[in-house]
Amino acid sequence: MVRLGASLAALALLATPAAAKGSGMKIQEVTSPGGIRAWLVESHANPLIAMRFAFRGGASQDEPGKDGVAYFVTAMMDEGAGDLDSTAFQEREQALAMRMDFDAGRDVMLGSLQTLTANKDEVFDLLRLAMAKPRFDEDALARVRAQILAGLKFDENDPETVASIAWDKLAFHDHPYGRPVKGTMQSVSAITADDLHNYVRRVFARDKLVISVVGDIDAEELGKALDKIFGDLPEKSELAPVADANPTLGPRREVIVMDVPQSVAQFGLRGVSRHDNDFIPAYVLNYIVGGGGFSSRLMEEVREKRGLAYSVYSNLYPYQHGAVFIGNVATKNEAVARSLTVIQDELGRLADEGPSQAELDSAKAYLTGAYALRFESSTSIASQLLWIQIEDLGIDYVKKRNALVEAVTMDDVKRVAKRLLAPDRLLTTIVGKPVEPAAVAGQGAPG
Amino acid sequence: MSVAAVAAEEVVPERVSEFTLANGLDVVVIPDHRAPVVTQMVWYKAGAADEPPGSSGIAHFLEHLMFKGTDKIPTGQFSKIIARNGGEDNAFTNHDVTAYFQRVARDRLATVMEMEADRMVNLRLTPEDVKTERDVILEERRSRVDNDPGSILQEQMMAALYRNHPYGIPIIGWEHEMEELTREDALSFYHRFYAPENAILIVAGDVETDEVRALAEKTFGKIPRHGEHVKRVRPQEPEHDAAVTVTLEDARAGRTTVQRYYIAPSYASAKPGEAEAIDLLMRIAAHGATSRIYKRLVVEQKVAASAGGWYTDSGLDSGRVGFYAIAGAAHTDEDLERAIDGVIAELRETGVTQDELNRARASQVAEFVYNSDSISRMARQYGWRLAAGMSVEDVEEWPDRLKQVTVDDIRAVARKYLVENDSVTGILKPVPEYTSSIGNKPAQAAGNGKS
Repeated sequence: MVRLGASLAALALLATPAAAKGSGMKIQEVTSPGGIRAWLVESHANPLIAMRFAFRGGASQDEPGKDGVAYFVTAMMDEGAGDLDSTAFQEREQALAMRMDFDAGRDVMLGSLQTLTANKDEVFDLLRLAMAKPRFDEDALARVRAQILAGLKFDENDPETVASIAWDKLAFHDHPYGRPVKGTMQSVSAITADDLHNYVRRVFARDKLVISVVGDIDAEELGKALDKIFGDLPEKSELAPVADANPTLGPRREVIVMDVPQSVAQFGLRGVSRHDNDFIPAYVLNYIVGGGGFSSRLMEEVREKRGLAYSVYSNLYPYQHGAVFIGNVATKNEAVARSLTVIQDELGRLADEGPSQAELDSAKAYLTGAYALRFESSTSIASQLLWIQIEDLGIDYVKKRNALVEAVTMDDVKRVAKRLLAPDRLLTTIVGKPVEPAAVAGQGAPG
Repeated sequence: MSVAAVAAEEVVPERVSEFTLANGLDVVVIPDHRAPVVTQMVWYKAGAADEPPGSSGIAHFLEHLMFKGTDKIPTGQFSKIIARNGGEDNAFTNHDVTAYFQRVARDRLATVMEMEADRMVNLRLTPEDVKTERDVILEERRSRVDNDPGSILQEQMMAALYRNHPYGIPIIGWEHEMEELTREDALSFYHRFYAPENAILIVAGDVETDEVRALAEKTFGKIPRHGEHVKRVRPQEPEHDAAVTVTLEDARAGRTTVQRYYIAPSYASAKPGEAEAIDLLMRIAAHGATSRIYKRLVVEQKVAASAGGWYTDSGLDSGRVGFYAIAGAAHTDEDLERAIDGVIAELRETGVTQDELNRARASQVAEFVYNSDSISRMARQYGWRLAAGMSVEDVEEWPDRLKQVTVDDIRAVARKYLVENDSVTGILKPVPEYTSSIGNKPAQAAGNGKS
């Protein structure tokens, strides 16, 4: 046997990692000559620039009956703009080694751009063109529509996706959050170029825009670039108001039969919104429940002790108009009822007793220590800074954030556990062929 | 158009360094001081292709069991200790390697290095740990393979592509063999392959070489050599005398899909320059919306909703290339197969254009630059190559070697490797047609809210 000196067990109790105390990263607030604002972290170590931006709006701006428009737009953004048809645009993108992506969230339309410094002028211009002058040509539209429909066809047979869509529908009904982001076979079949143009005109506007940039560019040059890229967009958005939603609670279990050996269950409850005073305690609690991988209760009880699943986890989704707490487990059909019972018991135990002091200390040690890992690369820094802006947390949030986590007390977590974890109100969708019927006590209750 | 190629030369500002400890452990240090964090990876030159016959899945099973405990780490505490130190950890297994990694603040490197060195030789497994974890890997198999007809077909295609080489055996294992895996199987694989002279340590991030050397000598350096030479001798593939077609009809298939695999060399097994040519061939042929297969099948002929392909370039003994096409609503597998054959024939006969090569090369070389933005991606980029026996120079000179590839080189590898007898065609058909519940009408939804 090899001797390694110090006892490893002792190493578990060290103080806060150095990186958690801040890396001296400097965030500049840049305002362009034309008044467009962005956060910038300059870094000239690599000849690269990463940009992330978002327009508030997202898929919840899909008009009723037109589910999937925002998602359709994201798939069309490199299909031609200005004088360039789709092939010309895409060949240009490739020659410039440009990386451009759009993604439709519930509340935001997200954009991402990466470029080599050497190509930045041409790349910025192509991004401008894509947003200000999209073509949405008929043949490109037909092609992308066929791709989205094929994707939906695959999704129909993906247990996790089916469970998630069904859950949203049960929780949010006809609210935009209850509708599928990618749309349905029916809605996508009916989407027209006009629908896409309308969406872009309403949502891609400067008043709802936030931007973060990291990399090989200085503030002055970025200011000019911002005007160039975003200056052609309308000043004002035309967003439809989205009502606040109060997700329906259970107890309710819905089984959707699919011929697969392993069932996937999504379970959830109401969450905590980002600006609720309980958000940070809830975030710490979620780590203990199911957000912390092998350090979480659900992983310990379901996987480590019982071998019932490969994956089991939970997350907070603080949507702008209705927050939820959602968990997921994949387990063989014979073990679905047992897994869900274990999960329900564990949520109940945490609601009644709270976590142990050791669990709380470990959660805070991880969450504060690992925060620095989110700032490893230009793209990850840009993404962090973007979400801080989307959630309106302030430019000093990176500096404040670990102190907010440190300040969470046992009383906070116990209070939030009681508020959040209501095992008798779980809303659960199960996709597969669970062997035991999904019995739950009591009738589904309106929220 | 070589703007990207020029930029690539400006990267790698600090030299990557490598050295070998007295016990044979290779160490590579990739300094990057932008953020006060480090990635540690240990790559064992052992994977699923090194398993004894009948024990498929043991390499991956052992990877799971490595998180259980040692004399110093109580059962189930490994990842929890990493997490309490503000770190993230995980591992992965493929046919040729098993790799373990942690991402931590720089001042925690000593801790994770001590832990990783400890479990290289001091793994302790209880029968209960093994039994429970075996249920977990069986669930993992259900998630990754059995629940997904596309994955089932891929598994069958790999088995057909490699008639003799163990690359045909799934990394996760065949279910009936996984069910029988024991603690002794795991420990026997562990004792055979987990040794300093059969591993590579990569540390990337906010560190200096001397610091890593001192830490590595204090931890891994204390482990004696295994002694006996670890040999990786795998049954090799015979020449193939016929193409194979595998058809899977599955109600869950979604859309008809056709895939085509060819055996091709990997970077490690190729003659000089061939892998680079295959890399660019596949980027031109099958990567994204500007690719040949996409243009022909999706844009022009409109038989496919989507089409693309890939090159698996990291194998020790062999690599492979693949093409796929997903049928449009009104097209059949015959339509797709004919169209794929057309693309292959065109690549073999007329090759690619200089313009296609220039664009593909710009974007391929840029990948190298983009990877330099992330220390964990850098660690992986080096790890894959070094574990397959290549050198640090091989990795660093890769963009230069890409620049030397000509259109003639690409046509030559297309003719040499896109050969029918070395191919397997996989067809996935949604039969009988299945209507499920997404959208407005939950056609197959049963037991509505049973309560």
